[in-house]
Amino acid sequence: MTSLMLRVAAAEPLTPLVKRFRFEHPQGAALPLFSGGAHVVVEMPDGEVLRRNAYSLISDPQDGSGYEIAVRREDGGRGGSRFMHGRVRAGDLLRVSLPLNLFALDLRARKHVLIAGGIGITPFVAQVRQLLRMQLPFELHYAARSRAEAAGLKLLPEAPHIHAHISEEGNRMDLGAILSGQPLGTHVYTCGPEGLIGAVAEAGARLGWPQTALHSEVFQAPPPGRPFAVVLARSGRTIAVGAHQSLLEALEAAGAEIDWSCRGGACGRCETRVLSCHGRIEHHDHWLSEDEQSAQTRIMPCVSRFRGETLIIDR
Amino acid sequence: MRATEFSPSIPSRPVYGGLRPHGALASLMLAEGTGGEALAALARADPSVMRQAQLFWIPAGAGPELGPRLRALGPAGYVEGPSWAALRPRFARALAEAHMGTRLYLAGGEGLIGQAMAEALAAGMPLEAIDAEHRGGFARRVQCVHCKGITENVATDPFACSHCGLNLFVRDHYSRRIGAFQGVCVDAETPGQVPEPQEIKP
Repeated sequence: MTSLMLRVAAAEPLTPLVKRFRFEHPQGAALPLFSGGAHVVVEMPDGEVLRRNAYSLISDPQDGSGYEIAVRREDGGRGGSRFMHGRVRAGDLLRVSLPLNLFALDLRARKHVLIAGGIGITPFVAQVRQLLRMQLPFELHYAARSRAEAAGLKLLPEAPHIHAHISEEGNRMDLGAILSGQPLGTHVYTCGPEGLIGAVAEAGARLGWPQTALHSEVFQAPPPGRPFAVVLARSGRTIAVGAHQSLLEALEAAGAEIDWSCRGGACGRCETRVLSCHGRIEHHDHWLSEDEQSAQTRIMPCVSRFRGETLIIDR
Repeated sequence: MRATEFSPSIPSRPVYGGLRPHGALASLMLAEGTGGEALAALARADPSVMRQAQLFWIPAGAGPELGPRLRALGPAGYVEGPSWAALRPRFARALAEAHMGTRLYLAGGEGLIGQAMAEALAAGMPLEAIDAEHRGGFARRVQCVHCKGITENVATDPFACSHCGLNLFVRDHYSRRIGAFQGVCVDAETPGQVPEPQEIKP
């Protein structure tokens, strides 16, 4: 994974739970430009553990003077966002991967409808800048619980086609109304909780939308589970995966060579062949098809786990 | 008459999977000749498909009773026209008023399906929203790669381009954007040596 050592130029709270971080090159060099929806992986040296979390870029895709991200503090999470909130200060150096976009706008679309729930607003902040610059037709629907928690309101321009749906104010998002009557060639992008993505897929199916016009991104942290053991076929070693550790992290800790990119089950980079499986792989990824998952011959170590007797993987 | 079964070819050669009902969603339907029977079969499979359907019909040699039969299926709108060229402006208007979720059902010959599909895709309709069923003859629309002219109703391979006169080999290579197969000069290296024309088969 190609990465850069960048300096934290600013760290400021947007809401009580969300902080914005700005990274710049220590020598002031220009950073590679990106496209709206791209993310970076930030490395956090947290004592013994090297944490790596993916965050969508919220700065202007055409501005190489810095990268900005917005991090929501997950107190019940694995510790990455707590590290960012509690430990990272302006002036610190952190290793940041080059941007990668797994949630790009489909520029063949005639119109773009962006639907965000909560912190899922982040990829759209950069996409809105791109859409405004390209003068493409779009509308944004942003659902949040309360105005005080809606960090996106501080990051988005005011425009008549940018709609905030604040449930506390009784202004809930009506997906059926949003998806009805959209002109031919419209594409829909959803980012937020799984429930929102499922609801958009369901409303789209009911109204006759083809799946190819519905895009979504869910950034999931590796889910915890029971500890398990894995045999690495190439070295014959057995490694243990802890309850709050992912298989990918256990492989890295054991020094196994493995390529990765999104660390969230979406990009496919860490796909690993399963040579023998006596038990059940708990697939949590969005990469393998249903058939591939039930065949139990591949696993995505970034998010998926195992329960059973033995699992031998081609690493 | 049954829907056409296509012989195996390169992936570029379109094969039309037939019409399947997608319920009472808003839809456009366009049929030519015996393609009308495909719409009648669709309505038999699920009468609700007609509830929000705009039906466009080109008789093109089908028996005189088919038009009234289609109309009796109860589509929300019914337009009959003598040719694709005559119906095209109204079809384009209906596409402009369509929205995401609108389905398109096409049935007829290769040329009609190709042109109507190109019109729908240009209007932004997703390919996945289109069902097509081939009925009738196998004559193709062919674009000459040399002069770019399109010859309609090409029944044999090779044939002479109706624009520049070159002898063209009809490939299975197809352009979705222009709704035509590709024709390439067959005797470029040996002028005058043209293979015996064969009838084009599915």
